[in-house]
Amino acid sequence: MTQKLPSVLDIAQGEGWNRPPTVEAEGELLEVAMGPHHPSTHGVFRMDVALDGERVIKLKPVFGYLHRNHEKLGEGMTYLGSMPFTDRLDYICSLSNNWAYALSVEKLAGQEAPERAQYLRVILAELTRVVNHASSVGFLIQEMGASGTPLMYAFREREKILDLFESLTGSRMMCNYMRFGGCRVDASAAWLDETRKVVAGLPAFSDEFERFLCTNEIVMARCQGIGILKPELAVNAGVTGPMLRASGVNYDIRKIDRYGIYDRFKFRVPLGDHCDVYDRFMVRLLEIRESISILEQALKEIPSGPVMDPKAKIRGFRPKAGEAYGRVEAPKGELGFYLISDGGPNPYRYRVRPPSLINLTILEDMCIGENLADVFLIFGSVDIVLGEVDR
Amino acid sequence: MLGEGILKGLAETAKNFAGSFVSADRLTTVEYPEQRIAPIENTRDFPFLVYDGGDWEAGLRCVACQICEKECPPKCIYIEKSKDKKPDYVGKMQIYPVRFDIDISVCMSCQICVEVCPFEAIKMDTQFELSTTDRFGGLLLDRQQLAKPNEYYHTIHPTEATEVDARLAGEKAKAEAKARAAAAAPKPAAPAANPAEGAKAVAEAMPPIKTQQEGETGS
Repeated sequence: MTQKLPSVLDIAQGEGWNRPPTVEAEGELLEVAMGPHHPSTHGVFRMDVALDGERVIKLKPVFGYLHRNHEKLGEGMTYLGSMPFTDRLDYICSLSNNWAYALSVEKLAGQEAPERAQYLRVILAELTRVVNHASSVGFLIQEMGASGTPLMYAFREREKILDLFESLTGSRMMCNYMRFGGCRVDASAAWLDETRKVVAGLPAFSDEFERFLCTNEIVMARCQGIGILKPELAVNAGVTGPMLRASGVNYDIRKIDRYGIYDRFKFRVPLGDHCDVYDRFMVRLLEIRESISILEQALKEIPSGPVMDPKAKIRGFRPKAGEAYGRVEAPKGELGFYLISDGGPNPYRYRVRPPSLINLTILEDMCIGENLADVFLIFGSVDIVLGEVDR
Repeated sequence: MLGEGILKGLAETAKNFAGSFVSADRLTTVEYPEQRIAPIENTRDFPFLVYDGGDWEAGLRCVACQICEKECPPKCIYIEKSKDKKPDYVGKMQIYPVRFDIDISVCMSCQICVEVCPFEAIKMDTQFELSTTDRFGGLLLDRQQLAKPNEYYHTIHPTEATEVDARLAGEKAKAEAKARAAAAAPKPAAPAANPAEGAKAVAEAMPPIKTQQEGETGS
């Protein structure tokens, strides 16, 4: 027997399982379904909105259009076989996903990557962060109606970094580079020189981007004071990443867990003050600068040596029974993989903690009382990838 | 002053607009079918089978050990082992694949088959213009379509191919030395002369990797 789910109008009128509306409506309510094929949803995502004139009274997010059975597939796959699938979670930052998965399997098997591999991982993860933050800011400005110019500036830089990824890993986006106990191939000296050249050009890009956008009156008028997320609510909802830091909570897993070799680098954690869309935008721009400084330090200090633990096994890998949770500070927030092993060749349980999905659950609270036109701006400031939300 | 930020931003846009006409590194558009960029050396898309010598069927390095079939994450490789053995291009008796198909509409270019292959028999191609009007048969490549000579491998991934050749030559020399030592000894030792056979013995000694799909692919 199927039960009819309450529509967003029913919910707005106080029916159904949802909590009652927090804003009083003055006129008659109108239901608008935004998505799943709206260009600003970054994929297929639907928001059912109950409107009072222009004001949002209630918002019901609908996920799952892109569900690909990732966790169940991971349980049927060998440990190595899941690695290329993690690329497809958050397809903008595939290398951070690789790292999170490799870290949790390494915890499970009690392995550790050699020194050079750790440095390579930091370099690649920070390059990924630059790519992600630059393009997410570009997308945010595009949602404001800037028809792509800032996005193209971000993509110009992204192109250089993706070329680096391709020459090291063989693929631009689906890198499949990290392994349990190291990295797949070593980086050549020529690759490191090329990376140094690209990193040397990044501060100029960052300056240009900030001159271009930060003091723009339209950006300020549209972004400041909307989509407020109070720090208490952010912590209670499990929000992580730039979203949480823009709400003024000092929580960066690179500082807290110090996984890998992040304890060796000096960097600051930018924090927001007003908890609005503009703060999230600024926190991302400032994080690009901090990433550049980490990259400079890592490229200066990278030692020579092997990139793969000689005891690591690629084929027929069977970690002993147990469980492990490995997490990294992915560009979008805390990305964790929880694995339970029963001693077999494939995990008994394979669970992903995706930052995009958990950051998105708070969307309604940020949108209530705002204008409909600002909903997509708030949505863009969450910075999600639907591949990771629906998995 | 209101609008100052907008003017500053527009100055950046103007600089970029003007710059796109004068500096050569900003002229990045390539008129694709007429002009092509040379692919980056490490780039990969779909797998192919390497063969040595002149005859593709005799020279295939693949000995149908089926490791890549088992490890392939999307299960896009189909192999049938031969019942008999036949000489490869140097005249050694080998099991060979009577059927080796890769469904490249399923393949996700992860290169795990390349990593797990103990015989350096499967490598990644850089050929990307593969569109076809037959979406089922046209994208299911059989072993003849997959077989490409070692010289081709050298042209697309020169550094990697040179390393692989050196490794294979080293293994062959080691096996020959072992065979000579065995022949010199009074009693002939086990026939582990062929490096491929030796590696295969190791592969068979390892416990088979069970996956949930094994029941389906085995039938």
